[in-house]
This record gives sequence, C-alpha cells and structure tokens, in this order.
Amino acid sequence: MPEPLIVASQLVKRFGDFTAVDGIDVEVQRGEAFGFLGPNGAGKSSTMRMIGCVSPVTAGTLRLFGLDAATHGAQIRRRLGVVPQLDTLDTEITVQENLWLYGRYFDLPRAEAKRRAAELLEFAQLTDRADSIVDNLSGGMKRRLSIARSLINEPELLLLDEPTTGLDPQARHVLWDRLYRLKQQGVTLVLTTHYMDEAEQLCDRLVVMDQGRIVAEGSPRSLIEQYSTREVLELRFAAGTNEAAAPQLGGIGERQELLPDRVLVYAADGEAALAEAHARGLQPESALVRRSSLEDVFLLLTGRTLAD
Amino acid sequence: MAHFATPGPLRVMSGHVVAFRRMWKMNVMSSFLQPLMYLLGLGVGVGALVDRNTGSTDTLGGASYVAFVAPGLLVTTAMALAAGESMWPVMGGLKWQRGYHGIAATPLTAGDIVVGHGVWMAVRCGIASAAVSVALALFPDTRSWGLLPAIAISMLVGLAFAMPIMAFSITAELDGAFPAIQRFVIIPLFLFGGAFYPLSQLPVGVQWAAKATPLWHGVEVARWCTTGNVRWAATAGHLAYVALWALVGTVVAVRNMRRKLYS
Amino acid sequence: MTTLLRIIPARFVVRRPQRMIERHVVAYRRQWLIIVSGFFEPLFYLLSMRAGLGSLVGDVSVAGKAVPYDAFVAPALMASSAMNGAIFDSTGNVLHRMKYARIYDAALATPMSPADVAVGEISWALLRGQLYAGSFLGVMAALGLVQSWWVFMALPACALVGLTFAGIGFAATTYMRGWSDLEIVTTATMPLFLFSATFFPASSYGSWGWVVQISPLYHGVALVRAANTGVWTASVLAHVAVLLAVSIAALALAAKRLDVLLRK
Repeated sequence: MPEPLIVASQLVKRFGDFTAVDGIDVEVQRGEAFGFLGPNGAGKSSTMRMIGCVSPVTAGTLRLFGLDAATHGAQIRRRLGVVPQLDTLDTEITVQENLWLYGRYFDLPRAEAKRRAAELLEFAQLTDRADSIVDNLSGGMKRRLSIARSLINEPELLLLDEPTTGLDPQARHVLWDRLYRLKQQGVTLVLTTHYMDEAEQLCDRLVVMDQGRIVAEGSPRSLIEQYSTREVLELRFAAGTNEAAAPQLGGIGERQELLPDRVLVYAADGEAALAEAHARGLQPESALVRRSSLEDVFLLLTGRTLAD
Repeated sequence: MAHFATPGPLRVMSGHVVAFRRMWKMNVMSSFLQPLMYLLGLGVGVGALVDRNTGSTDTLGGASYVAFVAPGLLVTTAMALAAGESMWPVMGGLKWQRGYHGIAATPLTAGDIVVGHGVWMAVRCGIASAAVSVALALFPDTRSWGLLPAIAISMLVGLAFAMPIMAFSITAELDGAFPAIQRFVIIPLFLFGGAFYPLSQLPVGVQWAAKATPLWHGVEVARWCTTGNVRWAATAGHLAYVALWALVGTVVAVRNMRRKLYS
Repeated sequence: MTTLLRIIPARFVVRRPQRMIERHVVAYRRQWLIIVSGFFEPLFYLLSMRAGLGSLVGDVSVAGKAVPYDAFVAPALMASSAMNGAIFDSTGNVLHRMKYARIYDAALATPMSPADVAVGEISWALLRGQLYAGSFLGVMAALGLVQSWWVFMALPACALVGLTFAGIGFAATTYMRGWSDLEIVTTATMPLFLFSATFFPASSYGSWGWVVQISPLYHGVALVRAANTGVWTASVLAHVAVLLAVSIAALALAAKRLDVLLRK
C-alpha cells in the first residue's frame, strides 16, 4: 500500500507558552474527504496552516506526498490548493486576473494560466463577473472565487479552512455542490468546520478536536453511533426553570445534558422519553424529537457546544 | 420645566474629542513637529542663505526670512490638517466605520453633523497653530503678540479648506481622489501659496491662481499681524473672502450630508 | 548545524520575485494615475524653489563653484524623491498588502517564499523610483540644470538610495501595528528631507556639520550632486559604502522579520 497523502505524527504547534496543537496523529488517504471538527480555538486552523506548509511544525513530524514539510515546503505547496479561513483575494484586481496571476505564482506559463482561469470561472459560476473588481463581489462569490483560485495549479490535495462560515444557506449549498464534484474527480479534500451539517455532508472521515487534541475519530455515522443515542429529545421549559426541571428527568433515556436554554435527553426512542416526561407531570413549553448529530457527539466528548 | 440642551453640533463634536484622546500623540507629531521642522529647515537654514543675500530683505518687506516664513507655516499647517481631516475621516463616517449613520439615527440633524465636525476641525487647527506659536515665541525673530490673531486666522483658513473638501468627500464614492487632492491642490498651495516667498516672485498667471484660493489671503493677513504691519481695510476684505469659502462649503456640505443620510 | 542547513535554504531561496512585480503591473494598469502623480511632488518643489526662492537666495557654492540655487537644490530633490518613493512603497503599500489585503498570505500558500516576496517588493519600489528619477533628470536637463555628462551616474546613485530606504521602510513596516504608525514614518523622514544638505549646504551648520553624516539621505544627496557636477573625489566611495552597509543591514532585518511574521 502506498504511503498516505498526509502523515502527521505527534504534531505540536506552540506560540510562546500557548499550545495550539498538542500532539495529534492524523493520516489522510488519497481521494478521501477528511474533516477537522471542533469549536473556535480547538487548533484546527493551526493544523491546517502546518499542513499548508506556511507554519513551521514545533514538534513531531509531518509528511505530505511522502515529502517532509520542514524541508520541502515549496515542492509540497506546488501540489496543494489552499482556501484560507479569511479570503486572501486580491481585491484591487479583477476576478479573472486573480485567477491567472495566482497561476503565475505556480510558474504556469501565462497562456496556460489564462486558459485554466477561463475554465475555473465556469466552474465557479463567475464567468459573467470575470472583469469585475473583486471588492464588488458578494460574500458567496468571493468564497467561490477563493476555491476556484485554489484549483489553478490542479492540486492533488485541497485544504479548506471553514469554507462556508458566514455564508447564507443558499450560497453554502452551491459551494457544497462544487466541493462534491471535486471529490468525485478524485481530489483529496481536507477541511475544517464547526458546522456539523457540513461535516456530515462532505466528510468520509473526521476527527473531533478540542483544545489542541483529537478526542475522537471515525466516519460521521460511526461517531454518532459510538458516542450518542439514536434520538434526542429537546425540552424547553419556561425561562429560568430549565435548571430546576433537569433533575426531575433523572432516569429517562441514557443521560441528560442541561444547556442554558434547553435540556437534552438522550434516548433510543425520543417519543417514549417525552411520554415519560409528561407522565412525571413536567410541562415543557416546547418539545422536539430529532436524530442524534455530531453536535451531540461533541457535547458528550467535550462538555461544550460547538458554537462556544 | 426649562431644559437646557447641549447644542447639536457640540454633541457631535464631543464624539470627535473622545476619539481624539486615544490618538493625540500621533497628532502632536504631524501637526506640531512637522511644521517646526520646516521652520528650522527652511526658515532658519535657508533663511541664513536668504538673509546674507543683499536686497532680499527688501523683497520680504523688511523682515528676516524666518520671520517671513513663520506665519506662512502657521497657516499652511492648518490647511494641511483640515484637508486631511475632511477627506478620509468623512468617508469613514459614511462608508467604513459609519459613525455618521449612527448619529443620523438620533435626533441630531445633518447640520449638526457637518457643523459639529467643522467646529472640531477648527479647534484642531487652533490647537496645532497654538502649539507652533509657542515654539515661535521662543525665537526673538518670530516672537510677537500678532501670533494670537494669527492662530484665529489659521482656524478660519482651516475651515475654508475643510468645509468645501468635506462637501466633496460626502459625495465621493471612492477614496482614490483624496491623494490626488493632496498632491495637486494641497502640496502646490503649500509651495506656491505665498508661505515661503512673496507671490510677486512668481509669474503673473500663477499669482492669480494662488490668489483665487483662501490660503494666500490668510497667509497675507497672518503675516501682517506677526510683523506688526496691519492694513485694516484690506484685512477685512481678505478675511471676508476666506470666510466666504468656509460658508459656501458649509452650506453645500450640509445639503450633501442631508441627501446622503436622510433621504 | 544540520537543522540550520535543512531550514535556511528553504526559507531564503529567491526563485520567483518577478511574480510580485507582475502582480503590481496588472494592479496598477487601472491605477496608472497614482504612479504618474508621484512624479509631480519633486517637480513642484523644484519649480517653487527655482521661481520663488532662486532670486532671494542667490548663488550657492558647490564643490568650490558658485551655482544658482535651483541647480543646488535639484540633485538633492532627485535623491529625496528616491527616498520618499521607496519609503512610501515599502511602508504604506506594504502594510496594506501585508495586514489588510493579505496578498502575501495568498502568495506564500504557493511555491513563493518570503524572500521572493521581499525581493519582489523591493525591486518594484526600485523600478518605480528609477522611473521617477529618470523623468526628474529629464526635467533637470530641460531646465538647464545639468552640469556634466556624468549626471547619468545619478540614476544608480538614486537606485542605491532607493534600496537603502526600501530596506529601512520594509523593516519598519514589519513592526507596525496599524495605519496610525505611518505618521511616525512621515515624521522620521521629514528631518532627513530637510536637513541632509538638501536645501542648504552642510557648511551652514558650522562645526556641527558632521551631524548630517548620520542621515543616509545626506550620502545619497552627495552622490547625486557629485554626479551632476562631474567632480568625483574619494569621498564618493565613502558615501557608497555607507549606503551599502545600511541597506544590507536593513534588508537582512526585513527578510528575517517578514519570515517571522508570515510563517507563524
């Protein structure tokens, strides 16, 4: 079996006294869509910057394409596409120029860069905005352009840091569709997100990160099966009474979580749990039964919600 | 019950004062040290060359070169400060930090915003000119009670630039024109506006162009004050012309601001 | 030692600085007026000094010869504009690209290295400076202020001044927190502009004349003046040595700081 595309072992990133990434082990296979899920400050972006070979590794080893990130940064970056968390588009020039000039950074001949730029405009549905100055684009358009730009060197591995943060639902779905197409073309995707729906949509496999460490690893489905119940009952009580109501739910389902605005009851059968709560005389203002999600996995593993 | 409200412009101005307190050190540098360096470099340094040249003192109306340049620097400092303050900060208030939109959501009017900002700029010009005056009072050649009215004239010239430029900045879509104003209006006026030598040295066409702008009129009167040679009738005419610029600028700025914020 | 050898070559390799220049050429195609307008400031100064102060000052002595005031000031303005242009490009523009437009972050995700970025930016500043110096030289010639054929040596002299101040500006920018720090740059370059024997000779300082030697611009002004008069003395070598030393130190600092900043 060939070496995985990314092999990180005991990877550490420290900024002074602060340890952003605290000894993680990750392997990503070619063709995989791999995700880092975690709240802000979990160390996802630092990990991504190390994988992107723009941030030196503090300790541990990191290899991409069989090359050492510490010594072969430029050769590795030549084969990467990077979509950073905040767009780094060149806002003073046009959409089209952003694409082909970026290709020049990869030493593409100008004619080839321009040819690819035209294709990518199509891919990003920006052909009619080719000559617009980037400053005038909407957030969703800028994000699509960022992704298009990251593809100018036909990368084998695409790194996406929070690709849809701050976008409206429609723009997110357009983006997911584009990423799904890339995946089908065989591009390896590595992305970070704090949206569980994004992770579930896009990732074959993911790790949950918290405070610089990996706390769980697996496919979205297997993580939910392993760490949560099939269903979740969400109960909201009158303002300020959630805390008082929580103890009275004892014994219903497998366990409960008290959140500031609601109480979660983890149970294989949510409706049955709700019936039991009613039978105990509890009167929530609203009740909702839903399937478990990665959010619940995260809550169990870290005791915190992803939005924290 | 009687209710004594702070006038609108003053309430707008107090916002600027609060913001200024956080960055006054930078402003001390630009509005105090820089003119002082020009005074030393051109006034004293070049002045030594000018004063040894026979006949030059007559051209300068009997004054030493540094005494001739000092009031010019006082007034050009105000002009440069007012121009800078009425470009980017005004666009920022409308487009970037959008502070003006915040004020517009209160009972204050477009007139309050424009006049408030204007008064604040005049105060800034006054502070900067006063600081330069303190430095000027240290040198025997430039020490004069005339510096006091010269400070007031600086404030008026500041407004004569600030208000028309503000009227323009309110309607400007992009900040690209601002460096052009600096390069093609403010710097040429600094150099050709009568601060460093009598306008009579220049070709007649350039003289008329310089006389059309408020700067020269302010420099002329400020110089009469500091060199103790005031011509009262002409002073009134010069100052009225400078004030006219400020007034027309204010009227247009208020109109533009009203259209921008309240329509 | 082996670790050092492993890391340093990867970071300080300069392979494609010209890509940075290509980017600026494309970006400035729509903003050429900004480039053109930079030429006017030294021109305005020259015309103002010539028309306004010339007759007030009279002749000034340069290398033992009495020359009109505008001929005295013109070479100094040329060197000063090389300084101002280099400083302007390497502070305000670099700060914008580094912190706000984040153009360098984008470039460094590609095979571009921090050294490519630094060398590219400084080369751009130099090219722009040479454009201004060249056109200013044309104006000087048209106004009859050129005194010797040696004057073409003023161009490399201005390139050296530009290199020195681009390095200083770039290094300073890596320490800046935000826009307001640019005010410090203006305040620091102004005394250099005014007191580097630009508008009056160093002899005016009397026994304090040696102080101006601290200013790198003074050495640049001296070089351009020597080129214009065509009178070359051994002191020229000293001026070149000072500028080279300062520029190498500044560039080394700038490259090191840029690496620290961009590769966190």
